[in-house]
Amino acid sequence: MEGTEGGLRDAQGRRIAPGAKVRSGELEGTVARVEPAYGVLTIITEAARAGKTERMVRASTVEVLEEAPQRPHHEPFIRRYIFSLDHKVIGIQYLFTSLFMALVGGVLAMLIRLQLGWPGVRWGLAAALFPGGFAGGQMKPDFYLAVVTMHGTIMVFFVLTTVLSGGFGNFLIPLQIGARDMAFPWMNMMSYWLLVPAIVVLLASFFVTGGAAGGGWTAYPPLSAIPAAAPGSGLGQTLWLVALAILIVALLFGSLNYITTILQLRTRGMSMMRLPLTIWGLFVTAVLMLLSFPVLFAAAIMLLFDRLGGTSFFVPAGVYVGGEVLSHAGGNPLLWQHLFWFLGHPEVYVLILPAMGMVSDIMATHGRKPVFGYQFMVGSIVAIGVLSFLVWAHHMYTSGMNPLVAMAFMTTTLAIAVPSAVKTFNWLATLWGARIQFTTSMLYAIGFVSLFVTGGLTGVFLAQPPVDIYMHDTFFVVAHFHFVMASAALFGVFAGIYHWFPKMFGRFMNERLGKIHFWLTFIGIYATFFPMHFAGFSGMMRRIYSTQVYAFLADLAPLNVFISVAAFGLGLAQLLFVYNFLYSLRRGPVADRNPWRATTLEWETPSPPPHGNFPDELPVVHRWAYDYSLPGAPDDFVPQTTPLRPAPVAGGQDAGGPQG
Amino acid sequence: MANAPQHSDARGTGLAVALLIVGLVVVGGVGATLYATGRWWLPPVASAHGVAIDRLFYSTLVITGVVFIGVHVLLALFVWRFAARGAGRAVYFHDHRRLELTYTIIPAIALAIMVAMSGIVWARVRLGAPPADALVVDVRGEQFAWLARYPGPDGRFGRVDPRRIDARTNPMGLDPEDPAARDDVVSRTLHLVVGRPVRVQLRSTGVLHSFFVPEFRVKQDTVPGMTIEIWFTPTREGQFEIACAELCGIGHYAMRGQVVVQSPEAFAAWLAQQRPALAPAP
Repeated sequence: MEGTEGGLRDAQGRRIAPGAKVRSGELEGTVARVEPAYGVLTIITEAARAGKTERMVRASTVEVLEEAPQRPHHEPFIRRYIFSLDHKVIGIQYLFTSLFMALVGGVLAMLIRLQLGWPGVRWGLAAALFPGGFAGGQMKPDFYLAVVTMHGTIMVFFVLTTVLSGGFGNFLIPLQIGARDMAFPWMNMMSYWLLVPAIVVLLASFFVTGGAAGGGWTAYPPLSAIPAAAPGSGLGQTLWLVALAILIVALLFGSLNYITTILQLRTRGMSMMRLPLTIWGLFVTAVLMLLSFPVLFAAAIMLLFDRLGGTSFFVPAGVYVGGEVLSHAGGNPLLWQHLFWFLGHPEVYVLILPAMGMVSDIMATHGRKPVFGYQFMVGSIVAIGVLSFLVWAHHMYTSGMNPLVAMAFMTTTLAIAVPSAVKTFNWLATLWGARIQFTTSMLYAIGFVSLFVTGGLTGVFLAQPPVDIYMHDTFFVVAHFHFVMASAALFGVFAGIYHWFPKMFGRFMNERLGKIHFWLTFIGIYATFFPMHFAGFSGMMRRIYSTQVYAFLADLAPLNVFISVAAFGLGLAQLLFVYNFLYSLRRGPVADRNPWRATTLEWETPSPPPHGNFPDELPVVHRWAYDYSLPGAPDDFVPQTTPLRPAPVAGGQDAGGPQG
Repeated sequence: MANAPQHSDARGTGLAVALLIVGLVVVGGVGATLYATGRWWLPPVASAHGVAIDRLFYSTLVITGVVFIGVHVLLALFVWRFAARGAGRAVYFHDHRRLELTYTIIPAIALAIMVAMSGIVWARVRLGAPPADALVVDVRGEQFAWLARYPGPDGRFGRVDPRRIDARTNPMGLDPEDPAARDDVVSRTLHLVVGRPVRVQLRSTGVLHSFFVPEFRVKQDTVPGMTIEIWFTPTREGQFEIACAELCGIGHYAMRGQVVVQSPEAFAAWLAQQRPALAPAP
């Protein structure tokens, strides 16, 4: 009964495919799913009384009454590209939106460096571009704080979270596990269409009275709770909280979807321990989001109540602001910090775990070598995920919580360095004995390891409360998280884009431009963020509008000029990427199905994949994702769909892979 | 239909990337750090516990520095050595349990030692009780200034009430109905005694601030509704700046205060000159 191509056929040679009308003995119905490996299929029968019923029948008993319509999937433009249910379109929507937000966040970063490099200088052009933020050519302090706050908020929540989980998660999960789509496509569409209003609300806050929120991306109350405390604590802060609440709902829709899809829709043979590490990273990330974001959601609603409803969750009695004593009583500002960081720390792993997974897979593909220590890699992703819930108060050593608590959080924080070290050494071991192809994607993966190590090691300083007393809230912290979280995650994103662009759009990005982009970005990141450690050593505080007030910061002027110049270079270099990305969408060289000669399932289907992902039957998985350079194999990669041994029956294999 | 260009020989690129890693990250990073030691570094310590903190900082710097150099050199070596060359294949080598356990256990031991080292310092710095003879000062943050208060001859701080705050006549909000408040001395500058432990009781009027004196290696948030006590011993006479290290609003960058550390005699003379804050102007 097994056909030579395209799955099962009946005695007359008609295709048994989803959508076909078939009869099997007494039963008549429509084919829902076909399992060629087992010679069975599921049909949906419609009985007068019972309604729709699923029945499983043997393929050998089936007679096709009417073949499945061969029409290509056709939907009106708006259903196909705007309100699409297709995970690939939604993933690309998330990708484009996140890249747009990265440009916004990047411009804000340039404004920060403009001010810190040359405080007090008048800027004609910048003042003309941002008339509300400058007075007499000089940046205003409240605008500076709004810029700092929005830079952090946008980059953490609206760029890195959304591009990694929303962009790569959406695009890659069904393709890499061999599913036709997400488990809940409509919820998936809603996830993206909640992101859009969240962004509109967030960006609108720049234009309200008092400007955008200015309390930092952590929005510590009472500053963020009391409108009179700062210009940015007015309507801007309310909109910030509303935007975040909407975004959280969007991300929860997404993470429920990712978890369900990975647990339920893996194709035959795709056991959990055969999943590519990208999927493991995205899976644990989704679990972290599901468990931690509701806490921030609750905190945001509580803070909104404090601001608008007269409650006192976070504001204690006797608060004196702007010349009067407020009527709040009974709240505690530290409660917000606990709630915020209970999300906030898992959140930084939400940004790094998917990047870690993607980098592992990219290293294997472009190094032509299996990932080293797959089980330890999975174990350390899970360990980091679990520990990430137990370290939040290391952000609070100086907050006023009981100093004894700091001992416990120091221990858990340094413990999380162990799985991080294991991952680093496993990447090194993956490179050992490899046959490295220096594609742009691989360069970014190598750069990722460097940035992660540099940023991870400074975390060892901050984990220790006695050292953190000095370093906390200085530029040392800014340097630390820009390396380990921001830049490393960004390198994961770039590695992923250069690697999966051919699958997403069927075209390559320009490799030469990509390599120039890598060199400039890698050098630019070290030149920008490494000197920030020294500013931190000198005691320079975060979020200060000017370094000119303090005598102990006077010597830092040349250092800050250097950092600013490096940051502008880094920012300009990203224009190369924007050009390369947009140009390659239409003009890049056409890519075939599997240009990198990779093993995972997304490369078994055309580029870009059709609606439903796999043209015929779903692929069947026979092996792990890392059979690169397998001795004795005819090629230096063996796709996951290739059976472990040649099939015993003449006629070859059932589905998928062309290799024998 | 095009495939990606196959790099049959990538040795040139491998060498370039290895040199980038060694040149920029290792040589550049270490060189920049050495250059910074003379210019942009921790200011000379001026407190007793700060010496232990600095020692911990330098131990961490050495340990992480060694790992930083080691891992980057390995990364560069592998990138250079295992660049695609010739027609051979990569090694099919993906598990070595003993190697993996080694590099799990060694970092775990190193980090456990670090937990112990900094735990001991932390216990000394933050968990020990202050000596009985310590000076006691009340320091309050407000938007955007610091205000210090000394208990006066009765040795007791009087009651404060935010409703009594008046920027000009009673910035501390002292309650005149409390006898203990009548002799309290209030000062915009914080005066401390060299070699004498001081208990600083930190408060805030409205939003969070953070009391940061870089030379003392002291940083503690001030939280409205809480009084948080820290103690330390200044060891060097001179003037130091108090910085606010927690974002507190539009004037955060300018919330600069001053500490004067002086000899016991000079301190006593200064305190004797101060009139109680509630005393009528002469």
